[in-house]
Amino acid sequence: MSSKRLVLTFPEKIVTKPITYRLVKDYDLQFNILRAEITANVEGKILIEINGSTQQIEEGIRFLESEGITIQDASKDIIVDMERCVHCGVCPSLCLTQALAADTVTRRLLFDKDKCILCGLCANSCPVNAIKLRI
Amino acid sequence: MAKTIEEINEKIKNGAAVVLNAEEITGYAAENGIKNTAKKVDVVTTATFGPMCSSGAFLNFGHSDPPIKMQKAWLNDVPAYAGIAAVDAYIGATELSETEDMQYGGAHVIQDLVDGKPVKLRATSYGTDCYPRKEIETYITLENMNQAYLFNPRNVYQNYAAATNSSAKTIYTYMGKLIPNTGNVTYSSAGQLSPLFNDPYLRTIGVGTRIFLCGTQGYVSWQGTQNNPGKERHANGTPLSPAATLAVIGDMKKMSSQYLRAATFFGYGVSLYVGIGIPVPVIDEEMVEYLKVSDNELFTEIYDYSVQRRNKPSYGRVSYGQLRSGFINLKGKKVPTGSLSSYSRALEIADILKEWIKKGSFLLTNPVSALPFEEKINVLNILGRDEV
Repeated sequence: MSSKRLVLTFPEKIVTKPITYRLVKDYDLQFNILRAEITANVEGKILIEINGSTQQIEEGIRFLESEGITIQDASKDIIVDMERCVHCGVCPSLCLTQALAADTVTRRLLFDKDKCILCGLCANSCPVNAIKLRI
Repeated sequence: MAKTIEEINEKIKNGAAVVLNAEEITGYAAENGIKNTAKKVDVVTTATFGPMCSSGAFLNFGHSDPPIKMQKAWLNDVPAYAGIAAVDAYIGATELSETEDMQYGGAHVIQDLVDGKPVKLRATSYGTDCYPRKEIETYITLENMNQAYLFNPRNVYQNYAAATNSSAKTIYTYMGKLIPNTGNVTYSSAGQLSPLFNDPYLRTIGVGTRIFLCGTQGYVSWQGTQNNPGKERHANGTPLSPAATLAVIGDMKKMSSQYLRAATFFGYGVSLYVGIGIPVPVIDEEMVEYLKVSDNELFTEIYDYSVQRRNKPSYGRVSYGQLRSGFINLKGKKVPTGSLSSYSRALEIADILKEWIKKGSFLLTNPVSALPFEEKINVLNILGRDEV
């Protein structure tokens, strides 16, 4: 079993198609929708965590691409610029999943990308503009 | 036995001074006892690195040919106050750009200058016989200015209130982004490292005290605006709410943006992170009693910032130890906490100051004058001339 976190961008034409259903049915993938912004006839975005064999995941991704969905690795959609960060520690108070946390000893910011669900609550909270979100 | 500043300075010059930071002193005093600590330790370094809106810089640009008496001036399109002599101006940290809104302001101008970047100066005037020029547009750098010094009217707050939001919508404040239904709590103090928590009655800090200011040596110039030391205090001497403040001064030409940083609080405006370190001389045992106090014995009050009034309802008292743990219990609910002031950078500053003192490049000062301890805060009432 392997696991991938992907941001799927649905063009407006296929927003109404039951795509994720096909991932289960045809490719036997388990998935967890971490975040979704879908409106009929408007471009939609889903942050999804897919679990399955490497081959199943690859085939599933190929299917999604053939349907016209743009796929991005979720880890590339948030950048916490540690050079710019002053380690104030305000963003952890806005992080729903504790992906952002202050180290209990050094008080420096720790960012665990695997926990991030790209909710975006933190993005405009950074006083020194060190958090960039692209979703 | 009491120690004098002169005796401590002699030890510093001989490389024999024992210097600890305000975090280390707690464990040291617990291990060695008050009496021995007072005897052995000479200086404790304290520090803070937080957003301090009441900051700004005096600048002198030098004279152009023909010269101008600048009446209105802008630096990178941020208005500076030019209503002083011909080429003097004050750039305030919170002033906003006329072209870039909240993304750029006075604090960013100050940081750009400190980073050595060229800044566009534009000024207008009415022209006089001695200053005929009516407008100017040019580029300046920190190096080419005559004087550039930070002069911050209110910094180093002795404690600060914590904030939450009980309303149903997100609010954007100088305490940061506060999410609905008391979804988070923010606070802003270096706690046990904070200078005025470590000398709560300002026994050793006064006018003329030499300090670390944004990477260089600066000075305490006066009490800060809204100085209000007469607040209710804990048995350990520390105030339970915002109390004393300091005005500070220092040469911008020697500063570093590692310890001076422009900030934008989304929806609120621009502020300046100011790094300040203050050495506290261990003059007697009483000083050790104050210096050993740690985050669990320092308290502040949480206020509901969704109430848009001067007096906001309180959500009760909390210790900095609890705030720094990442979560607090707010009326039975587990709420995440966030700090606006950077503890880790404050610690970095306290350690730099420690090194300066240890190697003899920073000597302690006796205050030229004590700061007033009786001041109270006044409010602004809306009155007609005959009601005053």
